[in-house]
Amino acid sequence: MEIPARQSLPAMKKAPSHQGGQKGDPAFRLLVTATGVGVLVVLGAIIAVMVSGGWKAFSTFGPGFLVSAVWNPVTQHFGAAAPVFGTVISSALALLVAVPLAFGTAFWLTALAPPSAAAVIGMAVQLLAAVPSIIFGMWGFFVVVPVVAHYVQPAARQLLGHVPGLSALVAGAPFGTGLFTAALILAVMITPSITAVMRDVFLSMPTVLRESGYGLGATRWEVMRHVVLPWSRQGVVGGIVLGMGRAMGETMAVTFVIGDSNHIGWSLFAPANTIASLIALEFPESPAGSLKLAALMALGAILMAISFVTLWFSRWLLARGEQAAGR
Amino acid sequence: MKANNTLMRADRSASLLWRRHICDKLATGLSWLGMLIVVFMLGSILWTLFKNGLAGMSVHLFTMSMAAPGQPGGLANAIVGSLIQTGLAILIGAPAGLMTGIYLAEYGTTSRMARIVRFVSDMLLSAPSILIGLFIYMMLVVPFGHFSGLSGAVALAILAMPIVVRTTEDMLRLVPVAMREAGIALGAPKWRVILFICVRAVRAGIMTGVLLAVARVAGETAPLLFTSLGNSEWSLDLGRPMASLPVAIYQYAGSAYQDWMQQAWTGALLVTLGVLIINIVVRVGTRGGRS
Repeated sequence: MEIPARQSLPAMKKAPSHQGGQKGDPAFRLLVTATGVGVLVVLGAIIAVMVSGGWKAFSTFGPGFLVSAVWNPVTQHFGAAAPVFGTVISSALALLVAVPLAFGTAFWLTALAPPSAAAVIGMAVQLLAAVPSIIFGMWGFFVVVPVVAHYVQPAARQLLGHVPGLSALVAGAPFGTGLFTAALILAVMITPSITAVMRDVFLSMPTVLRESGYGLGATRWEVMRHVVLPWSRQGVVGGIVLGMGRAMGETMAVTFVIGDSNHIGWSLFAPANTIASLIALEFPESPAGSLKLAALMALGAILMAISFVTLWFSRWLLARGEQAAGR
Repeated sequence: MKANNTLMRADRSASLLWRRHICDKLATGLSWLGMLIVVFMLGSILWTLFKNGLAGMSVHLFTMSMAAPGQPGGLANAIVGSLIQTGLAILIGAPAGLMTGIYLAEYGTTSRMARIVRFVSDMLLSAPSILIGLFIYMMLVVPFGHFSGLSGAVALAILAMPIVVRTTEDMLRLVPVAMREAGIALGAPKWRVILFICVRAVRAGIMTGVLLAVARVAGETAPLLFTSLGNSEWSLDLGRPMASLPVAIYQYAGSAYQDWMQQAWTGALLVTLGVLIINIVVRVGTRGGRS
C-alpha cells in the first residue's frame, strides 16, 4: 500500500513544475509579443518604403509635385494634382450618394423591418460588402457605363446644359466613363460598410431610450431624428469617414470606369484618374529605378498619408462614440 | 370665444399631427427605397454574373491553361495559382494574426504598447490594398529582380492577418474567467491555458475569422498586379510569376476578344460564388452558434 502512494507523490509534485511549463511561459510570452511588435514593424516598413521610394520624385520636382497637374512620361514631368483631385472628388461624390442610401438602409434594418426580414436583408448587405472589387469594376464597365452614357449624361445635359454656371458640370462627350460613374460604383461599394457601422451604433443604444421616445408618442422617424441620431452622432460620422477612406483607396473598380485621363476640369462626366487607378494603370510601363516609378511611389505615399489620417480620424470618432455609450 | 379658441387649438394640433404623420411616412418610404436600392444592386451584380458567366462553364475551364485568343483554353492555371497564393497567404497570415490576437487579449490587454498594436492592426485592416502591393514590390520583387508567386502570397498575407487579429482578440475576450481559473488551478502554465483551453474553446470563432480572411484575399487583384503579375502558362514555381483568377479576369475583361471576355465573366462568376458562399457559411454558422 505504501509503495504506490510514495510513487505517486513525487509524480504529483513534479506535475506543476513541468519542464515545458517553466520554460514555456516566458518563451511563449516573448513569441506573441514579438509577433505583435512585428505588426508595428510592417506598418513602419510600409511608410519607410513608400516615402523612400517616392523620394526621387519629391526631390526632383520639389513642392511643385503636389500642385502640378502635368503627367507627361515623354518629357519626364510628373505632378500629383490631377490624380489627387480625382481621388478627392470621386470619394466626395460617392459619399453624397452612399450616406443617404446607408442611412436609409440602417434605419430600415433597425426600426422598420420585422426581425426575420432584417436578418435576410442584413445578410444581403454584408454579401454586397464581400463582393471583390474587380467584380464591381466589370459590372460597372459593362452595366453602369452604358446607362450613364445613354441616359444619365444626356438627361443631365438636357437639364443643366443651358443653365449658366452649371453647364460646365455636364460638359464633354458622353463616354459613360469618368468621375461620375466612378463615384456611383464607389458609392455602391462603400454603402454596405457604412450601413454596417450605422446599424451597429444604432443598435448599441439602450432600448429604454428608444422606448421612452415611443412612450411619449413619437413616431419612428422622430425617435430616429431626435433620440437615436443625437445619441449616436459620433459613431455615424466615424462610419462615414471610414467609408470615405475605403473609397479613396479603392483601385480595381475605379480603374475600369474612371476613363484614365490626367485632367482637372469642372465636368463631372469627364474621364479622370484617382491616385490608385493611376498607379494600377501606369505601373506596367514603369521600370524599377525610373523617375516615373518614383512618381508613382510618391503618389502612393500621398495616398497612404491621406488614408491613414482618415482612418485615424474615424477610429478616434468611433472610439469616442463607444466611450460616450459606456457612460 | 373660449370654444372658438379650443377649436383653433384642436385644429392646429390636428395639422401638427398630420405633418408629423406625413414626415414619418416620408422617412419610412425613403428608408424602404434606400434598402431596395441596395438589394437591387446586389441582385443586379449577381444577375449580370450569372447571365454572362454561366455560358462559359465547361470542363475545359478547369482542365486547360490560359491560351491566346482563338485557341482552346481555360483558367486552370489561374484557378490553381489563386488557390496556392491564397493558401500560402493564410498559412503565413493566420498564425501571425492568431499570435498577435493572443498578445492583445492575454498579455498586452490595455497597455500602451497593446493599444498601439491594436490601432496599427486596425489601420492595416482598412489600408488600401494597392499600397500593400507596392510595398511588397519594393521589398520582394525589386531586390530579387523578378515577379513571383511567393511575393503575391506575402502581400495577401499582410491583408489576411489583421482580420484574424481582430476575430482572435474578440473571441478570446469571450472566454469566461472561470475556465482560465480552472486551468490555472490544475497547475497548467499560462501558455497551456491559453492555447489548449482558451483558444480551443473559441476555435470555431477563430476559424470564422480565418475563413473571412480567405474570402477577402481570394478576390484581391490590385496587390497581385505588382507582385505575382500573372502568368498565362501553367506554373507551380513560387519563384516565378504566377497566374491568379482575379488578375486573369482583369487581363481578359480589358481585351477585345470574344472568347477571352467569356472566360473573364465565367472566372468572375467563380470568384464571386466562392467568396459569397464562404461568407454565407460563416455568417449562417455563427448565427446558429450564438442563438
